[in-house]
Amino acid sequence: MKYLTLAAGVFCATAAIAETPELTVYTYDSFVSDWGPGPAVKAAFEETCGCTLKFVGAGDGAALLARVKLEGARTKADVVLGLDTGLMAAAEETGLFAEHSVTADYDLPINWTDPVFVPFDWGYFAFVHNADQKGPSNFKELADSDLKIIIQDPRSSTPGLGLLLWVKAAYGDQAPAIWEGLSDNIVTVTKGWSEAYGLFLEGEADMVLSYTTSPAYHLIAEEDATKTTAAFDEGHYMQIEVAGKIAGTEQPELADAFLEFIVTDAFQSIIPTTNWMYPAVIPAEGLPKGFETLSQPVKALLVPANKAGETRDKALAEWLDALSQ
Amino acid sequence: MVGRAESVNPKPGIGAAVFVVALISACLGSVFWYAKAGSGLSAYDWAAVRFTLLQAVLSAVFSVALAIPVARALARRQFFGRQAIIVVLGAPFILPVIVAVLGLLQVFGRAGWVSVALGWIGLPPFQIYGLHGVVLAHVFFNLPLATRLILQGWQDIPAERFRLAAQLGAGPVAMWRLLEKPMLMRLVPGVLAVVFAICLTSFAVALTLGGGPKATTIELAIYQAFRFDFDLSRAATLSVVQIVLTGTAALIAFNVSHSDGWGGGLDRPVQRWDTQSFGARGLDAAIITAAGLFLLLPMAAIVLSGLPKVFFLPGVVYSSAFTSILVSLGSTCVLLLLAIPIALAAVTRRYSWIEMVGLLGLATSPLVIGTGLFLLINPILDPSLLALPVTALVNAILALPFALRILVPSAREVVVRFGRLGLALNMQGWQFLRRVVLPRMRPQIGFAAGLTAALSMGDLGVIVLFADPERATLPLQIFRLMGSFQMQAAAGAALLLLVLSLAVFWLLDRGWRRYAKD
Repeated sequence: MKYLTLAAGVFCATAAIAETPELTVYTYDSFVSDWGPGPAVKAAFEETCGCTLKFVGAGDGAALLARVKLEGARTKADVVLGLDTGLMAAAEETGLFAEHSVTADYDLPINWTDPVFVPFDWGYFAFVHNADQKGPSNFKELADSDLKIIIQDPRSSTPGLGLLLWVKAAYGDQAPAIWEGLSDNIVTVTKGWSEAYGLFLEGEADMVLSYTTSPAYHLIAEEDATKTTAAFDEGHYMQIEVAGKIAGTEQPELADAFLEFIVTDAFQSIIPTTNWMYPAVIPAEGLPKGFETLSQPVKALLVPANKAGETRDKALAEWLDALSQ
Repeated sequence: MVGRAESVNPKPGIGAAVFVVALISACLGSVFWYAKAGSGLSAYDWAAVRFTLLQAVLSAVFSVALAIPVARALARRQFFGRQAIIVVLGAPFILPVIVAVLGLLQVFGRAGWVSVALGWIGLPPFQIYGLHGVVLAHVFFNLPLATRLILQGWQDIPAERFRLAAQLGAGPVAMWRLLEKPMLMRLVPGVLAVVFAICLTSFAVALTLGGGPKATTIELAIYQAFRFDFDLSRAATLSVVQIVLTGTAALIAFNVSHSDGWGGGLDRPVQRWDTQSFGARGLDAAIITAAGLFLLLPMAAIVLSGLPKVFFLPGVVYSSAFTSILVSLGSTCVLLLLAIPIALAAVTRRYSWIEMVGLLGLATSPLVIGTGLFLLINPILDPSLLALPVTALVNAILALPFALRILVPSAREVVVRFGRLGLALNMQGWQFLRRVVLPRMRPQIGFAAGLTAALSMGDLGVIVLFADPERATLPLQIFRLMGSFQMQAAAGAALLLLVLSLAVFWLLDRGWRRYAKD
């Protein structure tokens, strides 16, 4: 009899879980890691939604889009979080995403009107260097200097692609000449951000391609003020990270609720010290202490989403030609 | 030889080989099937093919050429700590790539120990980035494996041969000509093919040490086709190019290596009388020291960076270490079920080519295998549910060529020595296997199992594509730590991984061997 009661109890518990709706969000791997925003976002959303939030990690932003394309209309995702402005057009072309109805007072350097994607954070690419060293003030000065840099490969890394578009957006047809000038400054090109940043911290180079917000990590989490970024007078290229709702979702209300949740303080206040990016909407308590020390670019550069594809292909060919000689 | 009685049954091995071929073909096939018409290979892709071929040939030649003197020195000497050195020297091979690259550059990089030492005597820093850097890194990874495989060849020469040669007055030169050179001619082509296959799918190492897009390999081109252009048909075509290149290398190796055995011996410990001169001792000591320094300095760098944090890691790192141990044991079981039957089938005259099947898994791009499996599993099940079993299976298939290289020569030796006796006693099939073959192959089975367990522990493998936020393996956790600025914790976790990998390797390799001596 005891076992029967127990069995009945287990059965009811399982039934109760089955009744809780589940929202599946695909995102990049570092978002769901224990050091990323994932765990805190899950806890905060589940407090109010009466649902289970399930994150599925898939590589990085570009791998995430590839995953959604692989799955096509049969995807189990309800929301995809972690694409960026460079991938938006390709993502929209799949026809898998639905329009949103989120409105917010965004704190972005540009005016956001996209009907399909909701921005959740953003940052500027920049070269990080040690604060006791003077950084160059533009790409030409960098090319003329003896400074050694480590960058990421645009074919396998998001920051690497960001740098490609940065040079292209700043210099247009002159971009190949800039790359030729930079070629003797580049120590090496790595597969991803982690290898590059790790090598920089080991002293392999004077500067590494990362974000203007990277020194905030060292300052806030490690109380180490020795890292800073070089402010380039051509302006800095932006990355805006976005989320979108899958059109064929079985949980449309929950998916909408999640997109609404993204622009609230509960979500946005988690971002700065877990994803180390600027929140898309600055929460009421403001940015964490330490962010005010970060370099503020004079000009924000961004290739429009609908031109990202062709610009990228052209810029990649120029990059390969300049650095393969 | 038609109708000649065989003392082992090749059928289970054929079954295992068919399974491997079917799995890889299904993966490739599903990627092709899913692909829309692609753009074909570009000039950049062909440049990548040329570079890949060049670096893989150079890496294989240098790894094996350097492994021969190291293996010879180790085979000729008995000294305290020799076994420990052999185990620890194997460590580079089982490290996750990202960790090994950081360790390597801490020693050979612009700000590395070598450059600092050069600076003391007024010389410019060591320039590692370039083709020579790629080869250096690949030698670092593969010298240990090549050494172990070739050392095995020395150990397979029956003690009686050395004794007879010594009695006939053979000095070191004659010993080389009569025993060592023929053994190497038989063994080296296969080892070259395996190292070549490993270097063919290199990506992060080649790019980072190569210093830029000049060092684009086929695997990077596949990565680009997949995530940058989403051109699956190009990704799969490039993977077929990898398979063709590896297959060609394997065919050449298979055709130039002769497979006649050493004949019988009484399993006695080897004694060497030809190597006792002062010069020979000095030379061997110098070779072992040089190889030891080259392989151990980067390991020391990894240990030193990891030491401060290794006991203070976040809890999830320890739980993912446990997950990794499970995956690695699972891989080892799968591997033994595949490798032992295939090795036995390879002993029979008709199916001696079957060993080449093992290279298929290694030659195929991990990204294509992962994507293929994803496409196969996704319509039926949630892939993240199967993340761990799939990782264990794929790791086992990746380790198959190494295991076969270890098992086949010794299986052949045992069957050549005891097969006729077995047939004369009417002892065949399972009885012959259980009483004669398996007990005699225990050291090799232990080595293969240890290597697989350690490799599987350190391989990031396909788990990235199937990642499940709840259950990560240790290499994935290291990757996540690094991706979240936690470089020091990542270094600690890397040291933990190194220790665990060496421990499973030691347990399986030594444990089995000790059992074999009882």
